[in-house]
Amino acid sequence: MNFVQIAADIISKNSLVMSFAVVAVMMVAGYRLSALLGEKRFGSAVAIVIGLVLALIAGKYTGGSKGIADIKILSGFGVLGGAMFRDYAIISTAFGANIEELKKAGVAGIVSLFVGVIFSFVVGAAFAIAFGFKSAVDVTTIGAGAVTFIVGPVTGGALGASSAVVALSIAAGVVKSVLCMIITPLVAPYIGLNNPQSAMVFGGLLGTTSGVAGGLAATDPKLVPYGAMTATFYTGLGCLLAPSVLFMIVRAILGS
Amino acid sequence: MEIYGLGIIAACMFVGVFVGSIFAKLLGVSGDVGGVGIAMLLLVLVSNYIKLDEKTQNGIKLISNLYIPIIVAMAATQDVVKALSGGAVAFLAGGVATVASFFLVPLLSRIGKGDKISQGREM
Repeated sequence: MNFVQIAADIISKNSLVMSFAVVAVMMVAGYRLSALLGEKRFGSAVAIVIGLVLALIAGKYTGGSKGIADIKILSGFGVLGGAMFRDYAIISTAFGANIEELKKAGVAGIVSLFVGVIFSFVVGAAFAIAFGFKSAVDVTTIGAGAVTFIVGPVTGGALGASSAVVALSIAAGVVKSVLCMIITPLVAPYIGLNNPQSAMVFGGLLGTTSGVAGGLAATDPKLVPYGAMTATFYTGLGCLLAPSVLFMIVRAILGS
Repeated sequence: MEIYGLGIIAACMFVGVFVGSIFAKLLGVSGDVGGVGIAMLLLVLVSNYIKLDEKTQNGIKLISNLYIPIIVAMAATQDVVKALSGGAVAFLAGGVATVASFFLVPLLSRIGKGDKISQGREM
């Protein structure tokens, strides 16, 4: 009578429900830890960091790329933390957003989208060149990774970049997303990130939907819909500009 | 009923992603362009112009309250090993782009508010 095996089988067959239980524990841990550290409102930020640490440990242990979802009894995380639920939940946060606030920030939001995509791309491409990458395809792909971790591989795929370079672009994008989640609540008061307009500008400049949503959720959940709204257009704009206009400019500058 | 709220979010999601996919096809990009953003705009219109009863609203609020836990779950499924192993170029490209963008937030937030500042000075 192998009790462990019986339990593991039950959990594996109900993995989504298991992920509800585990996330609940992570949230409790996050709020308890941040209360210990003195600032209870960082509870969700700490929970997110706990998630990232668990993803790191799981990745090293399983060699997979999906964090703890690669562990069989936690495979439900692939659904709970996957694109479908993420998109569904982000959309629901728009309920109750004030349409007057949106109109006020409209122009600033659009400007910040273009500034954000192009600026991140330029920074990424500049580091690629500084580290010795010479072909326009490689430089563009890495620059695209600095836009978001989706724009990177999409651009690399469109331009035929090698999988090593695509992996680098994903890494750059994940670094951006993770840093954004962690830094936002800490820096928010110093950059005036406390109203819908600045949240929309923030979403347009940083653009990583997971990073912006995670970062704002840990700062002030009421700002999430405003930031997420501009951020969701960012990836689309990046996928549009990077493999086309931006690639042509990089190629003209590098001559390759 | 609460499920009506869940259904409304779903309807907005499908319409938004559908429109976003059409944009993407027209522009020659794969996936969808701003589909989730369009869905959010639809839900904003619904919440500002259509009266929903309390239970339906509760359904929508339940999903919004699940939002942070879903982000926590998403964090736990990231390829953090890859992020750290990308080495310096990945870390610098992603890191500096992020940090520098934060500095631009207060600058761009002033767009649209500039009118009030100059009016104040004239007075």
